[in-house]
Amino acid sequence: MGEAIVVTSGKGGVGKTTTSANLGTALALLGKKVCMVDTDIGLRNLDVVMGLENRIVYDLIDVAEGRCRLPQALVKDKRFEELYMLPAAQTKDKHDVTPEQVSKIVEELKPDFDYVIIDCPAGIEQGFDNAVAGADQAIIVTTPENAAVRDADRVIGILDKRGLKSPKLIINRIRPSMMRSGDMLEIDDICQVLAIDLIGIIPDDELVIRASNHGEPTVMNPNSRAAIAYRNVARRILGETVPLMQLEEKTGMFGRVKKFLGMG
Amino acid sequence: MSVKSAVTIKGTKEGLIFLLDDECEFAALLDELNAKLDKHEQQLTGPMVHVFVKLGARRLEDEDIEKIRSVIRRQGNFLVQSIESAPEADKQKDAPLGLQTLTGIIRSGQVVRHDGHLLFIGDVNPGGAIYSTGDIFVMGALRGMAHAGCEGNETSIIAASLMTPTQLRIAEVISRPPEEWASAEPWMEYAYLRNGAMEIDKLTHLHHYRKEAMLFKGV
Repeated sequence: MGEAIVVTSGKGGVGKTTTSANLGTALALLGKKVCMVDTDIGLRNLDVVMGLENRIVYDLIDVAEGRCRLPQALVKDKRFEELYMLPAAQTKDKHDVTPEQVSKIVEELKPDFDYVIIDCPAGIEQGFDNAVAGADQAIIVTTPENAAVRDADRVIGILDKRGLKSPKLIINRIRPSMMRSGDMLEIDDICQVLAIDLIGIIPDDELVIRASNHGEPTVMNPNSRAAIAYRNVARRILGETVPLMQLEEKTGMFGRVKKFLGMG
Repeated sequence: MSVKSAVTIKGTKEGLIFLLDDECEFAALLDELNAKLDKHEQQLTGPMVHVFVKLGARRLEDEDIEKIRSVIRRQGNFLVQSIESAPEADKQKDAPLGLQTLTGIIRSGQVVRHDGHLLFIGDVNPGGAIYSTGDIFVMGALRGMAHAGCEGNETSIIAASLMTPTQLRIAEVISRPPEEWASAEPWMEYAYLRNGAMEIDKLTHLHHYRKEAMLFKGV
């Protein structure tokens, strides 16, 4: 029996879909059987980030309404044998499916997969209810900004009420230089406010944008720092103890000389 | 008259209202009532008079009520219409508020409402709110909003281990840190009203403001 993990944030644009895609891929990379479920009905993105848009035949709404069987709607990834995705519908909206229907689909997936990663839409309305319905565990994605942390806090409160205790936190898009200069919230400050376990910190990386535009999850690129960070998160999900990434950028020759001269 | 009378009789259009003192002994009250009625015996004869007895905050057993009734009935022309105590709520207002303890974390969008003094052990995050009719003590970080004395008690205070709120309210007064005040060391502080304005001080100075509180003076 697999575990269903919902990736949510409250605020939009913090990287839920990117995180879902990369975590799903990283878990598959570690040999797990994974199904990603896009519950952002009407604004589906996960298929685009995964580069699987042109393989979609049926979607989540078709399954919910019985137009097809669940296995027919699953899209197999082009890179991994045991990575699948259940796409959202693009033409309908969030009200066309109920939390019970999504929950039923997730329950149906769990016996066949090690992990079911549910990509949640932004907001705390019906779409959120749908995404959270079938989940056993939650990962909250936030960025080092006040607005994102506020929304994450709200979402943690709502999840707690639904019985999804102790969600895990991913802090995304960290810019070490800004954090150092005090222009960005510190990791410690965020953890203190949200008071949940930190499961990963992801540095801001241009390669993420490039990768998602190519329909290729960043995690596949071992040169990307964000990729390493996502792989670390996946290992932590599997129960390994992996130390948090050192965020300091590698100092070049010039930096080392400056530091030596006491200017750094 | 040097001593305040335990029985006051007032005349209204409907009849007589007996206002009975609610602090003296019940026996003394009955004596006074007897004495008063004896004194006025002559004046109190004549047509039927309706009597309404008001006991104030005093609570009486049925048998004591019957005693009062029989005393008044001695006057042949008195008809006791009602014997009533003041509603409980009036009494509660004066009664000291109890302190209740709550633990948890108040996250964005969550609200705690409380009657009386509240000791909250945990953090109040930005976007979260605590309302209390009495004092609020936060053992943790107060980063959200706290409203003490929310039904108008201006002597209420708000205290916190870490005082970095988005807003503080005491009774009708609203303050917005850091525009109105900011503390360089926001630990173990409390907010109170002085001349209708919000002030912040260290908790160790609370005894300047709360003189009635029990003070430890050393052994």
